[in-house]
Formats: sequence, structure tokens, C-alpha cells
Amino acid sequence: MMPPTNRSRHRLRRHFWMLFLAALMIGMVMEPATAQPSLARSSSQVQDRVVKIYGAGGVGGLDAYQSGFIVSPAGHVATAWSSVLDVDPIVILGDGRRFESKIVGFEPALELAVLKLDGSDLPYFEVPSGADAPVARWGDPVLAVSNLFNIATGNEPASVLQGRIAARSKLDARRGTFQTSYRGEVWLLDLVANNPGAAGGALVDLDGNLVGMLGKELRDRKTGVWLNYAIPADVLRAPIGDIIAGRKTVSPVDDDPMLSRDKSHNSETLGFKLIPDVLETTPVYVDTIAADGPASRADVRPDDLVLLVNGRRVAHQRAFREQLRRIDRRDNVTLTIQRENEILELAIRP
Amino acid sequence: MKLVMNRNRTPAAMPLLTGLFLFAGVFCGALAHCPSIMAEEVATTSNVQTAANDADIVWQVEKQRTDAIAKAMKSTVCVFVPGGAGGGSGVLITSDGFALTNFHVSSPAGTYMRCGLSDGNVYDAVIVGIDPVGDLALIQLLGRDDFPTADFVSSRSVRIGDACFAIGNPFLLATNLQPTVTAGIISGTQRYQYPSGTLLEYGNCFQTDASINPGNSGGPLYDAHSDLIGIIGRASFEKRGRVNVGVGYAISGDQAQNFLGSLHSGRILDHATLGATVGTEDDGSVRVTNILQSSDAYRRGLRYGDEILEIDNRVVQTANDVQNLLATFPAQWRVPLSFRQDGRVVHTVVRLASVHRGDELLEKMKSALPPPPPAPQKPPSEDSEETPDSEETPDSEETPDSDAPDAEEPRNDESDDEEEAPDAKNRPKDASREPVPLAAAKRIEERKGFANYFYNQQQQTKFIERLRSQYAQLPSSENGWKITGQATIAGETKPKLFEMIIREDTCELSIGSRRERLANPDAYVQSIDSGAAGSLLAGMRSLQRMLTNGPDRFGDTYSWGTAPLFGRSPLRDTTVAIHGGIESRFFQDPDNGRLEVIESFADRDGDPAELWIDPPQWLLDTDSKNLSWDSSAGQQTDDDITTVSNPKVLHLRFGVDPLVTLNLESWTAIETDGTPKPEQDKANDAANE
Repeated sequence: MMPPTNRSRHRLRRHFWMLFLAALMIGMVMEPATAQPSLARSSSQVQDRVVKIYGAGGVGGLDAYQSGFIVSPAGHVATAWSSVLDVDPIVILGDGRRFESKIVGFEPALELAVLKLDGSDLPYFEVPSGADAPVARWGDPVLAVSNLFNIATGNEPASVLQGRIAARSKLDARRGTFQTSYRGEVWLLDLVANNPGAAGGALVDLDGNLVGMLGKELRDRKTGVWLNYAIPADVLRAPIGDIIAGRKTVSPVDDDPMLSRDKSHNSETLGFKLIPDVLETTPVYVDTIAADGPASRADVRPDDLVLLVNGRRVAHQRAFREQLRRIDRRDNVTLTIQRENEILELAIRP
Repeated sequence: MKLVMNRNRTPAAMPLLTGLFLFAGVFCGALAHCPSIMAEEVATTSNVQTAANDADIVWQVEKQRTDAIAKAMKSTVCVFVPGGAGGGSGVLITSDGFALTNFHVSSPAGTYMRCGLSDGNVYDAVIVGIDPVGDLALIQLLGRDDFPTADFVSSRSVRIGDACFAIGNPFLLATNLQPTVTAGIISGTQRYQYPSGTLLEYGNCFQTDASINPGNSGGPLYDAHSDLIGIIGRASFEKRGRVNVGVGYAISGDQAQNFLGSLHSGRILDHATLGATVGTEDDGSVRVTNILQSSDAYRRGLRYGDEILEIDNRVVQTANDVQNLLATFPAQWRVPLSFRQDGRVVHTVVRLASVHRGDELLEKMKSALPPPPPAPQKPPSEDSEETPDSEETPDSEETPDSDAPDAEEPRNDESDDEEEAPDAKNRPKDASREPVPLAAAKRIEERKGFANYFYNQQQQTKFIERLRSQYAQLPSSENGWKITGQATIAGETKPKLFEMIIREDTCELSIGSRRERLANPDAYVQSIDSGAAGSLLAGMRSLQRMLTNGPDRFGDTYSWGTAPLFGRSPLRDTTVAIHGGIESRFFQDPDNGRLEVIESFADRDGDPAELWIDPPQWLLDTDSKNLSWDSSAGQQTDDDITTVSNPKVLHLRFGVDPLVTLNLESWTAIETDGTPKPEQDKANDAANE
């Protein structure tokens, strides 16, 4: 017997493929339904990890709802940082279960917030690092899963839209035309993903892997064009990981002792005044700056909104005052502030 | 049962998994990307033959897709309101030209519109029936009996993620009659969209991310096999203006089919309400929070605090589910209901009430929709040259180029265009105040409460022809009947002799020694109200009167449409006839036309007397205690009765309980002079007419 030559092996292989193709085609002829693609499996496998979030809003054109997705079995939920989170939000899981949640993590520069609800063994997304292989590439088909327009309630499934990744790019290529504080890279999408309520929804590939988090509605101020984008999962991985691991939290510190008023900081010692505190939850807006004061030296300006004090969230002026009471007058204070569309970190030295 | 189209799609997907990336990509994305994606994929694959194989799969899938679209395009209708007062889309569902569209598309057109198909022809079309609450309208295209059609797919088989495409007339672009195709996936199922007032409510509808724009309204949403998923009707338009935002909605095919039979009757349809409100409790149960005592649900035993388990054999888990399901039923339908009361599960069937009362719906229709924009009076001269281009404005749905299609295409009705001129004044006017073409005018008859009474008249003719042919061998009904046999009262075992006299003026029923005589309208009403055995005389007298006089001289008679019988399929052809304060509903088998039931209503808020003619055996044994919906009993067992033989069994029921069963032995005509009228009834006879 002669060993099969290269050519005959080749022929064998070709035969094999022809047979395979023939079998395929027979399969198609017999069952024409089969070849028609359905994304039903891709859609259903992520439904239990996408949540509906309800919070503040409902007035002045602000929606009181948005979307989110579960990132830990213990109930950490990633979502978009927005005015909906001005109160402790209600989270409805895919199965209709309803939870109250706390905001435990907050990355203003990423427009990311992480909520924590009291759960266990929840289905969740791994947030990929993109280190070994890119999370997604240009042209990849993706699904945007969110509760846009608040179409679904209770256990009703989130809406699934399909499209492709159009580009990975930086939003600030057109800095100033888009009203966003996010400066990093985004997935630009060719589908109308960023609708009211879609912010915080999951962008997944057809295998159900997380590709990104849907951003807020964004409109070019000059052209009126609406932009559809998502924040890539690999960008979110580190901050979400830090928050879940407890390495980083914005929850107010309660264990630091309250200092007496003459030993702790207050806005006067920092050198600015806030707008009058007339509401239950007056936002921490700077009103006036003392000339040559510490705040002035750190370039704090009127109309700045203070988001974090030493990395801790101050949702209103009461929380702000309380945080300052726990900081020694002689210590530096780091403020994270929002100025128009910019997130800035300013260190104030007394 | 519903059309079964539930193809098994999963198993054979296996060999294609290798190509999943590819074909999904091709299917989902912009067409222009395909070659580059393929090239990329080919380049990264080490085995060139695998690439060839993948490419082949792509080729196959691509071909199937284009084939499906080519097929689906044929049944798509581009609706144009004469005079340029708007338009939309539609879809053909029967070869004789019946097509579904939206009420809000047909409404500006009134009774007549022009419809283009992808074959390049413009057809005259007339309105048939409308469902203002569900935003559906049935129209008929004229001039052919071999229109291409689309088949409904079962709504329950449609899953989130399934490929779909919308074909239609967005922005009224189809002035060349070639519709626009947009592709997407099913983004959501069982969606609920709030009505404006009580009109245009979308229950249990589909959500898609295929581009839906103004003008797609009324058009088809097809699945990947070019079968019909639903009728596109609305989209979530908010601050971005009236353009696609990735969220469009389609009325489910199941809902459309629930209403289809009734739309054929030319009526203006109403939707159903349970007569009770429900809420979702913290424990996840759906409980009755309020209930009307006049509702049928109350009569069937539903009370405050009861837990609703199933409606129409579908499990409900939230109050939303209840609302969603109820929104898909026509008023007056009887649907299965299961609820839990004091730990006991009750299966029953409830008659759903109408959402609107009296003329309320007609009033709402007037106020809810803006009047059509005033169409410019057409100058008498030829104006076929003008083709204003308005495609840049998203609102061009409202202001399309007016009669461009009409001017380009020869009208396809018969060549009597010339000779119709003289009587044109008497014909109905279209939306541009031009006389409607003769062929269409012949099929339009306006009447209050009807979208187009012409079609109702047709159904009535069909009804009486079938009825008369079924009872052709009965003794003449002219002077009445005498019927005798054995009567069995429910709960008793020993049959008794009975004798029944059915005459126009007086009816009598004697069972054993008990005798009931009904001689005036009040007597029938009382008999039905009190649930007496004699109430079956009401149905028999209606039958006698209908056979003798026909629908024209019976009283107020109209074809109602189709409805389930005792909550079960198939949907029966239903005809309503009102006389002497009694409303009779005749239910005929849709296939063989056999009259199965006559329901006699004395009062909308009471149970009717149901007279079943040759009922199936399962029904005779069914009462409120043993009624269940999980047994297969009765679904298909009543076909063994030949349609032409004379009735052998009459069976009277109230609610869900039987009252009496008559086994007939003789059925004879009464001679005119053979049985003189009893003296004492003469006074009542006068009142009877």
C-alpha cells in the first residue's frame, strides 16, 4: 500500500467538505426555517442580569427611570450616574423582584454609579478586562438591552435592540458640542440605543458577554444630531472591581469621630459659601468664594457643584456639613466637583 | 384553534453555529458592511475551505432572506388617501382583496382609498370594518380575485430576538408603488401601550427595532419566513421628532385575528372589559379590587379579593397581564376564566362587556381624531404633471404628493369609467370630494354605527341562505310548529313528555303537567329573567320568525361577526336579530353553516337563555361544578352531526348550567285552520306586533 499522496489527501478533504456542504444544504432544504437567524437565545440569556431602576425625576422633562445590570452575585448593580440616583433608587430584577438599594460607588468622570441591593446568588455579568482579547471590535454585532422608554414594568423583559459597533473613539474629539463630562473612549453604535431610560443598560455580544454600558442621551449642540454610544466594559472593569471589593466607596464615613465645631472644617474654613440651604436635599452648589481664601487658591469657582468630599458622596448640604465635621481643620480636603461638563478634583489646603 | 405555524426552529440551527457570527452579522447590520465583514472573516480563517463553507452559508442565508422579502413585498399594500390627505400601509390577507391596515390610516379616507401594490398597479379600495379602540381597519381592494396574501404566524411562537422586517410606505415614499423594507429584531413581546383616551390601545403587542416611521402605520411586520407577525401601528416618538427611535409597535396577529371576523361584518367594533379591576398584591397574586354587580364575571361568582389565575387559558401573573390580555378581545366575547376563591379554584366562562355604551364610541371617534386636513379642490383640468417633492419633511405623511400614483397608473376598474359620469353626483365622495369610482361605490353603503353596511348586508344574506338550506327539510314555518318528545330537567333522571307550540303570536311549552304560555313580549322577557324552561320558546320563536320572514322583515337584524361559543374555538359566525324587546344571537358553524345556538337576551345585565340545537355530548354533562379547561373534551367532538338533518335535541342553558334537554320525536307544521287561536290571547296579540 502506498501512503496517500498529498494530492489524494487533498481530494479526500475536498470530498469531505463537499459531503459536509451537501449535508448542510439538504438540511436547509428539508427545514428552511433553520437557516433563518434568530437572536432569541442571545436575547433571553441576558434578561435576568438587566434591571429596571426607578428614582428621582418625573418632573421638568427628567425621567425617573433608567436601566442597569448586575455585576456581582451579591447584588452590585452598575448603572449610569444621573439625577435618577438623587434618591436611593428602587431596583426591579428581571424576575420582577423589587429591592431598595444604596449607592455604594460613584465615578463621576465615567458617569458610572454602582448600587448595592440585598441579594445573594444573583446571575451577573463578568466585566471583562479586554487584556487578553479585545472586548469587541469594529463591526461586531451587538445587542442593547435596556428598559428604554420604561416600556417594561415588573417582570416584563427588557427591550432588546440589535446593531453593530461603528467605532471606538473618544467623545471629546468634538469637545464642547456634547454635554457630557465623560472624556474617555466609547463604543459608537449604529443603532438607536440611547433613548430615555436606556442609560445604564447592557451592551452585549451575541454570546451574552458584556461589551459596555449604554450611555445617556447625548445630542450635538450644534447639529442637533443624537449620538448613540456605550462606555466600554474594559474601561469600567477597574472602578467596578474596586467598588465591589470595597477598596473604594463613596458611602459617607460614619466611623470617623465627629469633631467639635471649632476643630472641624466647615465651608468658612475652606473659604466659600454655598447657596442657601432651603430644601430637604439642597444640592451642594458653591455660591461665593472668599478672596484669597483656601478655596480661591484651589480655583474653586461659583456655581461649582460639589459631588465628593475626600471621595465620599455628599448628595446634599446636610451630608456635606456632616462630612466636614469629621475632618480636622488642619487637614487638606479634596473636593470632586462638576463644573459645566467637566469633573474636576481640587485639593484645598487650609 | 389558532393558525398553527409554530415551526421548529431550533434543532437544525446546530450545524450553523459555526456561522453564527457571520450570518447574524449579515442579518442584523447594514447591507453595505457585508462584503468587508466577509473578507475580514475569510482572512482570519486558516482553513480556506472553512471560509468557503462559511461564505456558502452566508450566501444561503442571504438568498433566503431576499426570497422571503421578495415574497412578502407582494402582499404589502401602500395606502393613499385621495386628495393627498395622508396615507399609510396595509397587508393583504385574502386573495379576494381583504387587507388590514390601521384605523388611524383609513380614518382620514373615510370609505374609499387608493392602494398600490408592488406589481405597479393602483387599486380602488373600500372600507369594510373598523376597530377604533384597537386601531385596526379592514379594507377591500377591488378588481382581482387572485391577490397575493400573507399568512399569520401564531403570536405565541414569536420570541424576543427573532428576526423581522417591516415593509410599507414610510413617509409615503412609495409613489412608484415599491414599498420600503426595513429589518430588525423583535425587541419585546406582550407589550402594553396606553391608549389616548380609550381609543388606540395596544395590548399584548410586539415591539421591534426595525425602523418604523410615519407611513409605516397599518403595514405588516413579517417574520423571517415572510409570515405575518402583526400590524405595525405606532412608535415611541418623543423629543426627537416623528422619526424612528428604534422602538416601534405592532398589533399582534392573534389580536387581529380575534377581530377579523367581526371586521368583515362592516361594523364599528368595541373592545371588552371584565367589569372588574384587579391589582397585583405583594405576594405576587392578582386580586380583584373592585367588581361591578352587573358584570357577567360577578354572576359567574367572581368577588372582591378573589385571585385571578388564568384568562383565556393563559396564566396571568400581574395586573398588567390582565389588562394586556383583555385588550385583545372584542366586546361580548365569552372567554375562559379561572380564579381562586377561599382556597377553591373555579373554572368558568365569562361574557365580556363593551368598554363603551351606546353611541359613546361614535362620539369618541369624532373627537379623538383630528379631522382630515382640508383637501384642495381639484381643478377640473388635467393636473397629472405636478409631483411635489416633500420627502425631506418627516411629516410628509400628512402632505404626500397628491395624486401622482393615480395619475401615472390607469385605473383598473372596468371600462365603464365614461358612462358612469351621469350618475356621479349621487355617488359617495372621496376625501378630495371627488365622486368615488363606480366599482367602489357599488360596495359602499353608509349607515350609522357601521363602517360600511354593504358588507353587513352580504353577511346577512349568507346567514339566511345557510339557515334556510339547513332547515330546508323542516316542516313549513309559515304558520308555526308543533314539536313533541321527551324532556329531561337537569338534576332529574326520569324524562317527561313535552309538547311545544311555536307560533308568531303565541308559544307554549308543556313538560309533564307543567305548562308555560307566552303571548306577549313581556312574557318572554319575564321568562328569560326568571330562568324558566319556557324561555327556550324565545329562541324557537326567533328561529321560526327568521325562517319565515328573513332578516329584512325580522326586525333590527345585523351580522355581528365571529365569536367563540362557550369560550371555545372555532369562532362562530354570529348574527344579531332584535324583535319585541328580545335580542337573539344566532351562532353558526363557520365551515358548514350549521346553526348551533340561539341566545335570547332580555337584558344586557342578565344571563341570556341559550338554546343549543343538537349540542355535543360534553356540553350536556357540563355544569358550573365540573367545568374545566384542561380537558380536551369538546374541542373537536361535535363534527359528527350531519348538517342537513332536522334537529333531534334541543338544550336550554343559563350561564354555565344546563336547565332542560328535549329529545325530539315529532316536528310538524301547524295548519292555518287546524288549530284555532285560543280566545283569551287575542288581546295580547295586538300588543305583540
